[in-house]
Amino acid sequence: MTKNPRTLYEKIWDAHIVERREDGSALVYIDRHLVHEVTSPQAFEALRQAGRPLRRPDRTLAVPDHNVPTTARVDNEGHLLPIADPQSAKQLAALAKNAPEFGVRYISATDPEQGIVHVVGPEQGFTLPGTTLVCGDSHTAAHGALGALAFGIGTSEVEHVMATQTLILTPAKTMEVRVEGKLSPDVSAKDLILHIIHSLGTAGGTGYAIEYTGEAIRNLSIEERLTVSNMSIEAGARTGLIAPDDKTFAYLFGRPMAPKGQDWEKAVQWWKSLATDEGAVYDKTVIIKAEDVQPSVTWGTSPEDVVPITGVVPDPASFADPAKQAAARRSLEYMGLEPGQKMEGLAVENVFIGSCTNSRIEDLRAAASVVWGRHVADNVKQALVVPGSGLVKRQAEAEGLDEVFKAAGFEWREPGCSMCLAMNPDKVPAGERCASTSNRNFVGRQGPGARTHLVSPAMAAAAAVTGHLTDLRHLEPVEMGEKA
Amino acid sequence: MKAVKIVEGRAYPLGESNIDTDIIIPAHYLKTTDRKGLAKGAFETIRAKEGNVFDNPEYKDAPILIAGDNFGCGSSREHAAWAIKEMGIEAVIAPRFSDIFSGNAFKNGLLTVVLPEADVERLLEVAKTDPITLDLENQVVTTPFQDRFHFEIDPFRKRCLLEGLDEIGLTLKDQDKISQYEDVLASDRPWV
Ligand code: SF4
Repeated sequence: MTKNPRTLYEKIWDAHIVERREDGSALVYIDRHLVHEVTSPQAFEALRQAGRPLRRPDRTLAVPDHNVPTTARVDNEGHLLPIADPQSAKQLAALAKNAPEFGVRYISATDPEQGIVHVVGPEQGFTLPGTTLVCGDSHTAAHGALGALAFGIGTSEVEHVMATQTLILTPAKTMEVRVEGKLSPDVSAKDLILHIIHSLGTAGGTGYAIEYTGEAIRNLSIEERLTVSNMSIEAGARTGLIAPDDKTFAYLFGRPMAPKGQDWEKAVQWWKSLATDEGAVYDKTVIIKAEDVQPSVTWGTSPEDVVPITGVVPDPASFADPAKQAAARRSLEYMGLEPGQKMEGLAVENVFIGSCTNSRIEDLRAAASVVWGRHVADNVKQALVVPGSGLVKRQAEAEGLDEVFKAAGFEWREPGCSMCLAMNPDKVPAGERCASTSNRNFVGRQGPGARTHLVSPAMAAAAAVTGHLTDLRHLEPVEMGEKA
Repeated sequence: MKAVKIVEGRAYPLGESNIDTDIIIPAHYLKTTDRKGLAKGAFETIRAKEGNVFDNPEYKDAPILIAGDNFGCGSSREHAAWAIKEMGIEAVIAPRFSDIFSGNAFKNGLLTVVLPEADVERLLEVAKTDPITLDLENQVVTTPFQDRFHFEIDPFRKRCLLEGLDEIGLTLKDQDKISQYEDVLASDRPWV
């Protein structure tokens, strides 16, 4: 008997069932668990109180990222600098104590490999195709770019995984997001995912596991795929899978925690079998035309509030749904914008290049190529470049990208979540605008009263050097030899 | 976990859609190492506005919250569920919840009830003047005006909530099955 054709999601799901339950739920084995300082202290504490061990420390990796300041962490003599905020310091100290106590490998804030969990996982080869991977953070969806069934969980689930290496789950519905055709060279993976979120809406993926397919997705590099999968949660989906292919295997080969030797051969063989079978049926398919994607920017306080950079702020009255109209009105008031206002030319006081969405080496290269030979505009008060990990930082330094940014007036920082969320000292002041490569433009996300415009790294760089939101296609070319 | 059977009383008629986790509990309140003390930060940006439902004495200590579509979207922070629980809220009613939020709510004995938009609209009306009753056993929401709205709930979640079961304790009873799975995994996919 031949097996029913299955999707990538179903294959990974089936391979991880410890037990199916009558009510439709299942006990699902978790292969990989990433832990950071914000969503783990209560889980560790609960284990301790119940006298329960952490079942598989060897499948768990802890890295601080959300709270760590991105300024120098040690002084000239190599002594650890104190963290000014006592509450952040307490949370970070808790992780530093909990991880070794429960036998978990801990990458400390001063280790060269430290970085944002979702940057560290793939680059260490901790994230592997066909694994189940969880983390107490909703952008865990990012790891789906390598074909891992990866999703964010809450602290009680973190505790459940620590204690049992499983979760009780019900299967998600499956949604194929097929991106047909080729992306224009002017647009990035960030523009693509913003376009997709705009098409699906922030709740369009709720209850679904997305699989991204199609020519445009196949053509993306692994780092670009990470940007796409990362923001699946902004469309409501906990998971955003991409089938592993030769690019995935080439990316993983030789990474510190990736399989070696015979194991590698076996693994690749199995990974190749994971692709969705011909004839498998998704619960829903959404088709996106790559040619429709343009350099994009958000105007409101929801990630679905996307327009092309050539566009204008929409009129709230133009939305059919009264709830949407009300939401748009609130957004515009918060953002200090008027209907019909052009997006291009909107002055920004802050620029942030970083976050788990856009802080990898290709992102920094894209931004640096725009910045090269130019200077941060006078009206921009803060322009930060925050590499996603220590490895990304050193790679960028080896390529001289740090010099490009510094010469242009950017600050070159230590790895961490930084200005993506207002938990560490990097914040956008109230009422000020920020062109940001992060993933959420929620009210107060980058600091109370902060006004966020989500963009790609190249567009953030263009905003920094012009002082306003800019269509990067309109930048005057810099002549060789004119380098500032 | 405390068992939940009936939730009865006044309800905050909030009603807005896309209430994200940054609105429920802003990031600067997440720097805590325990589950308590979050109620003071709950809905901070909403409470900053004059005449908001949370500070209206009419709804003081209401055990129910009625919200719009896509409640709890955004981050995975369980602090959102802890903060709402600590406010004394035991159930949230909305046309749709984000997946992560409803999971977190359930783990903390906070009931999330999904009802069609029209029913939620009706309850928002009633909530302004009268109490609402939520009966988990029979899966209905009722009002003093003979409204009777049936809701669906995952049977496993229902059982856990009604009996106040500890999920981890339950799963640990299956240790042997987990070990067996790990043995098979070690031989089939040794690289994992
Ligand atoms: S960079 Fe932002 S979105 Fe990513 S893990 Fe950190 S806080 Fe979350």
